Amino acid sequence: MIPKQFRNFPVHLILIVAVIVFAFPVYFAFIGSTWDASTIGRGQMPLTPGPNLVENYTNSLTSARGGRIIGNPVQALLWNSLMMAVAIAVGKIFISILSAYAVAFFKFPLRMFFFAMIFLTLMLPIEVRIAPTYKVMSDLGLINTFAGLTIPLMASATGTLLFRQFFLTIPDEYVEAAKIDGAGPLRFFWSIALPLSRTNIAALFVILFIYGWNQYLWPLLVTTSRDMETIVIGIVKMMGSGEAQTDWNIIMSSTVLALLPPVLVVVLMQQWFVRGLVQTEK
Amino acid sequence: MQRRAVFNNRILPYFLLLPQLVITIVFFFWPASQAIYQSVLKQDPFGLRTTFVYLDNFQTVLSDPLYIESFQVTIVFSVLVTLFVMSLALLFAVMADRQIRGAQTYKTLLLWPYALAPAVAAVLWMFIFHPSIGVFGKAINSTGIKWDYQLNGAQALLLVVVASSWKQIAHNFLFFLAGLQSVPPAVIEAAMIDGASAWKLFRSVLFPLLSPTTFYLITINLVFSFFDTFGVIHALTHGGPGRSTTTLMYKVYMDGYVNLNLGLSAAQSVILMIIVSVLVWFQFRFVEGKVHYT
Repeated sequence: MIPKQFRNFPVHLILIVAVIVFAFPVYFAFIGSTWDASTIGRGQMPLTPGPNLVENYTNSLTSARGGRIIGNPVQALLWNSLMMAVAIAVGKIFISILSAYAVAFFKFPLRMFFFAMIFLTLMLPIEVRIAPTYKVMSDLGLINTFAGLTIPLMASATGTLLFRQFFLTIPDEYVEAAKIDGAGPLRFFWSIALPLSRTNIAALFVILFIYGWNQYLWPLLVTTSRDMETIVIGIVKMMGSGEAQTDWNIIMSSTVLALLPPVLVVVLMQQWFVRGLVQTEK
Repeated sequence: MQRRAVFNNRILPYFLLLPQLVITIVFFFWPASQAIYQSVLKQDPFGLRTTFVYLDNFQTVLSDPLYIESFQVTIVFSVLVTLFVMSLALLFAVMADRQIRGAQTYKTLLLWPYALAPAVAAVLWMFIFHPSIGVFGKAINSTGIKWDYQLNGAQALLLVVVASSWKQIAHNFLFFLAGLQSVPPAVIEAAMIDGASAWKLFRSVLFPLLSPTTFYLITINLVFSFFDTFGVIHALTHGGPGRSTTTLMYKVYMDGYVNLNLGLSAAQSVILMIIVSVLVWFQFRFVEGKVHYT
């Protein structure tokens, strides 16, 4: 009989290997961000941190220029991504909580028709309809605008479904009690439905923040001006075709800066993240 | 479903619905119908005249060997990503579901890659598998195998699969883990009392109970590999070398934005819409009803 404390050894081994495999691309990116461009370009990057950490990160944040690349300062890129992610998350929560409230708490003609219309958006991710959506954006003159960047990404039913589901669990007695006390629908929304939805809002916010931060194809098409570039697009542009002789140190320090915010959000708000992910998709 | 106690108000609900309806119509229904409309039109090279061409664009697309080729690339790519992601995610979830020390820490350490953008995943993997400066790329080359994903199509596809899967495993892991944790302990205890081995327990009890999760994840992973991996491909290989990593989504982008053939691109978009609709419909219609639920 194997002693109890060793019986789980294979399980730990598999999990530790998994954790290491998951982490090593980021580890090497970090190492790359602490050396100079020519050491990396010669293919001689050591496996331990080097002396150029402060220099590389300062360069990335303030100018992102090296011998070969002319990037956008990463602090500006991070700001753009933050604005985009927050706008998408807040905007989508706002429109979907209102529409879910209407569908769940009112009876009115065409209710199910409107709900079905919103539900249909689940069928087609934005990538599928990206060419025609682009056409519509340029007809409306929304190319290179912040509205054009964010609003089309809010057109989806996930938030509405989540809130509707939750609103249906609010007991009818609450509504009746509110009515007896003379509260109208707006008062009920503000004083009861909204506060009760706090955890759902938080969960949805985390998911949508990640979703917004990581957008790629849509910002690539809609924003051609350098001022609006997001961090993900900015890094891919810096990297170009990935030649050996480029400023990998700056690309890697920018990459580390780009992945820190969403990773921190997922790790620090794990509980809400897990809840949001499982609820919005199921 | 409708609740009993509702508010009576004739106008308010429409106002509440208005923002979402406007966005849905302008950015969803209008473009989707535009896609269908454009897919039956043809523009002359100067964009001056458009003519109605029935299903010509579809015929051109579907009989184009390049399109068929990217169809094949997409299928190979999606099947590889789905298999790779699901088998590893299931393995990790079964391991992390055990009552071991540090289970919560393992969970956190396996979850964070979900937060990464596909394009960022591509940058990270390019840096390690770069043939001349990447730690692993160099190591492979020094063993005598010629590794260069910029020249070898199969290697390019492999790298794109690995980078995409790496990012997606965390997502599947979470869903499998949630599925496993919702299995009632009594079921597992009963199997143990009957003398089931760990493998037998997994094979005959846990895996069948996970089937709704499994089918759901197959759809999600296919949709992920069709569309969300655009960033990986655009950053890592630009669809090349040759067309070895040009998926359907990448081809829509190339034809629509780079080669500016709107009719053909729209026809391809419509084909993609049909594929996704069939997948989602299949998911709702068959899988939701017929698989074992816990």
